[in-house]
Amino acid sequence: MELSSEDNNLTDKVLPPVEQESDVELETKVKKYLRGEGANLEVYNMHIALMIVAFRCEMQFLIMVSTCLLQTLEDKKLKTHLASREKLYGKSAKAAAKIEKWLLPAEAGYLETDGLEKTWRVKQTDIANEVDLLSSRNQYDIVLPDFGPYRLDFTASGRHMLAGGRKGHIALVDMMSMNLIKEIQVRETVRDVAFLHNEQFFAAAQKKYAYIYGRDGTELHCLKERGPVARLQFLKNHFLLASVNKSGQLHYQDVTYGGMVASIRTGKGRTDVMEVNPYNGVVALGHSGGTVTMWKPTSQAPLVQMQCHPGPVSSVAFHPNGHLMATSGKERKIKIWDLRKFEEIQTIHGFHAKTLSFSQKGLLAAGTGSFVQILGDSSGGSSHNYSRYMNHPMVKGYQIEKLMFRPYEDVIGIGHSMGWSSILIPGSGEPNFDSWVANPFETSKQRREKEVHMLLDKLPPETIMLDPSKIGAMRPSRRKEKPSRGEIEAEKEVAIEAAKSTELKNKTKGRNKPSKRTKKKKEMVENAKRTFPEQGHNTTLKKRRIGEDAAAELPTSLKRFARKN
Amino acid sequence: MRIKTLSRSSDEFTRERSQDLQRVFHNFDPSLRPMEKAVEYQRALKAAKLEKIFARPFIGAMDGHRDGVSCMAKNPNYLKGIFSASMDGDIRLWDISSRRTVCQFPGHQGAVRGLTASTDGNVLVSCGTDCTVRLWNVPRPTLEDSSVSSENIIKPSAEYVWKNAFWAVDHQFEGDLFATAGAQLDIWNHNRAQPVQSFQWGTDSVISVRFNPGEPDILATSASDRSITIYDLRMSSAARRIIMMTKTNSIAWNPMEPMNLTAANEDGNCYSFDGRKLDEAKCVHKDHVSAVMDIDFSPTGREFVTGSYDRSVRIFPYNGGHSREIYHTKRMQRVFCVKYSCDATYVISGSDDTNLRLWKAKASEQLGVILPREQKKHEYNEAVKNRYKHLPEVKRIVRHRHLPKPIYKALGVIRAVNDSKRRKEERRKAHSAPGTIVTKPLRQRRIIKEVE
Repeated sequence: MELSSEDNNLTDKVLPPVEQESDVELETKVKKYLRGEGANLEVYNMHIALMIVAFRCEMQFLIMVSTCLLQTLEDKKLKTHLASREKLYGKSAKAAAKIEKWLLPAEAGYLETDGLEKTWRVKQTDIANEVDLLSSRNQYDIVLPDFGPYRLDFTASGRHMLAGGRKGHIALVDMMSMNLIKEIQVRETVRDVAFLHNEQFFAAAQKKYAYIYGRDGTELHCLKERGPVARLQFLKNHFLLASVNKSGQLHYQDVTYGGMVASIRTGKGRTDVMEVNPYNGVVALGHSGGTVTMWKPTSQAPLVQMQCHPGPVSSVAFHPNGHLMATSGKERKIKIWDLRKFEEIQTIHGFHAKTLSFSQKGLLAAGTGSFVQILGDSSGGSSHNYSRYMNHPMVKGYQIEKLMFRPYEDVIGIGHSMGWSSILIPGSGEPNFDSWVANPFETSKQRREKEVHMLLDKLPPETIMLDPSKIGAMRPSRRKEKPSRGEIEAEKEVAIEAAKSTELKNKTKGRNKPSKRTKKKKEMVENAKRTFPEQGHNTTLKKRRIGEDAAAELPTSLKRFARKN
Repeated sequence: MRIKTLSRSSDEFTRERSQDLQRVFHNFDPSLRPMEKAVEYQRALKAAKLEKIFARPFIGAMDGHRDGVSCMAKNPNYLKGIFSASMDGDIRLWDISSRRTVCQFPGHQGAVRGLTASTDGNVLVSCGTDCTVRLWNVPRPTLEDSSVSSENIIKPSAEYVWKNAFWAVDHQFEGDLFATAGAQLDIWNHNRAQPVQSFQWGTDSVISVRFNPGEPDILATSASDRSITIYDLRMSSAARRIIMMTKTNSIAWNPMEPMNLTAANEDGNCYSFDGRKLDEAKCVHKDHVSAVMDIDFSPTGREFVTGSYDRSVRIFPYNGGHSREIYHTKRMQRVFCVKYSCDATYVISGSDDTNLRLWKAKASEQLGVILPREQKKHEYNEAVKNRYKHLPEVKRIVRHRHLPKPIYKALGVIRAVNDSKRRKEERRKAHSAPGTIVTKPLRQRRIIKEVE
């Protein structure tokens, strides 16, 4: 793959189209691994250098750049240092891209149709005929009519599933061997269930309190401080168990030592729509007024309040890369939002989703009643245009409670009023897992080691913020740059011109006299002038003291009293 | 219709036999690792704290001398050996690994002031206040030697009496000349009872001498008239000379950049010079609060170690203004001599309390055989620490050193003195005609003049 520059020039012309295409593909991958633009060292602009360096979070350079305060990057030492750093980043990104292209063992699943066939007409029975036996084992219904509706949660590796029935049935299932590890009956309402950092512990929101259980079903803790919890979510990097209770209070509890990190009154009434943004750990709540609020444990006020729907928000979901949010409202609309600009990208009409879920590869599942709709990004990730990809009608009368894609598998779990089901959605899961991040084939020894590492890398709650890449970067200076005199003059001119050229309305009863009109106009111009501070003011002040130019005329003995600038 | 779904059979992803290694898979996709920057920062913080926890630099003391250790010499040919001499005329060869005396070289009547070994490690030269230069044949280290506990006694192979007391000695690299410093600078040959060459400049005595590691004929000396002089043996007089405000106790050449030398000064600073351009120091290394007694460069040339009269040993980067490390113990007295070991891993200091002390050059380094995984982990920790070293929390932890109370107080005094000096200077400047008072940078301020 390594070619010298001369060879590159030659091969550019000779390369067959297939290889050229692969080059483009490689470049997009390199871009992904670079995590942002590199510094352009040839651009002699302070601001650009600052921005880039802030992006790269090399504090050292930033301090040096900001102290030299030059328009150019003149410091040769800094420049070579930056250049070598950039080269290193480029190299590692390229290596990672090549690894992704050539060395990853598995390819993503897919569902392709030809001719007039449509992907959303493909039924689960058709898929079952086509795929191998191992995959078809993932299509099943568990019918438990007495305890539903069920809520589900998967571990990060997708190996284990937790199902909690409203009527008190909690089941922990090994999805790979399809073994029921433990089921318990708590004999009271279970509103939500959530795994903690691995399958050894899970939390359940019950009638009065939330509880933490061990893998074998023993009750370990009763979390009384939170009150009757409606929804539970676990923040894996921070070891925080977040919950929202019936009176709309948001609680964050550190599960490593049990301390309540934050308890926040949202002031928006009760809600049962809660989701964690996996990209930055920010918790989003959907409220009955149609707003979605985002929270972090270190502030009592919401980070963001978005008016997403005119009616109540029924569900929120986050894309794993953290840039997209999907919300659904009771007014039968699903909206896709860009979280970098907080702008709506797309509205999907005519479908009320009770539950939404994004898969690792970016498919969006929406469930309502007994119908599951899967939306796919038909533009291939560039413009985020979601359109229907697959459907799955369930037995009439089933009420879907919770949809959740199983990580690293082409499977979606459906928790509903009659138990839970699992169907195949080709192309939804990440095909290649990383043993150090989430390993479905983890041994107990690896799990124990991983637990220790997770605890060592536990993040403090302060690191939850809207843009986590800001950590280690320099905060831009708060002081505003003073506009120069010329700029102020120019602005003043513009304002005066605008005042002069405004057309006055026709008034009645003698107020429309030409004298009145000119007077009014004069007033407006004066007003426009007044908004800008007097520039001559400073110069008069200066003259009162012995000015700098006066210093030249002074005798040597008096020069020391001359004002220096 | 074409359909493919993910299906992983556990045979492909797990090991076949229990003796096999576990299979490991990688996916470097950034979206699998959210908040990676925060995690990395957290790891940097942990690494900084761990470095502090594992910082145990003191390995052990080598006890045996009956008076303060005055000088030391490395054996260039044998990593474990170090020579030391004390104020009562006792010279010893130590085995660093067992921290025991291998043999003794008795003979000197007064204090031994200079000690050096030839580059091949066979000849040890010592000189002292009893006006004698003695040459010793160093016993060849054998396997039995280290285990034998009885101490050998060595007789000098030659003994030359001369006119004046000696202050220092240094052996030439690649040659059989050595230079002694006393009332004048004398150059000796191994085989002659009298110096082959003598240099004198003024009447003040020379107190230290050091040969250049690159050019065998060039040597630097410092004298009690506060001068630093560079001699070329091929010339009849000194090549260049500067006078400083305070005298220089010791000089070390940078072994990797042999044109540069660093001078340990009486005022508590070290001054790095370019040997070709002595009118301005390249760098001033400040931190000691009392006279710096001895200095030695690491064989890598990136760091040097200094011992000071303030009872501390410091390690400086060759181009940094402040030390990266300070070593001190309650029992260590005035440090008279320091040496960097030939593998750049250890630092040895000899002090007034008759002990040699062995320190690690990197306080938190893990010694012994390191597994590749451990090595990788250390490298990773070093890298993240380096990346986030400018963030306040990490910086605070990495920079902090506990100082003994006298040094801490003295630092405060020095700071107050410097501040008041600076303030006075500023005021004088403000009340004088512009241009009449020029502030020289510290790099030039302590140099009085350059004499050609």
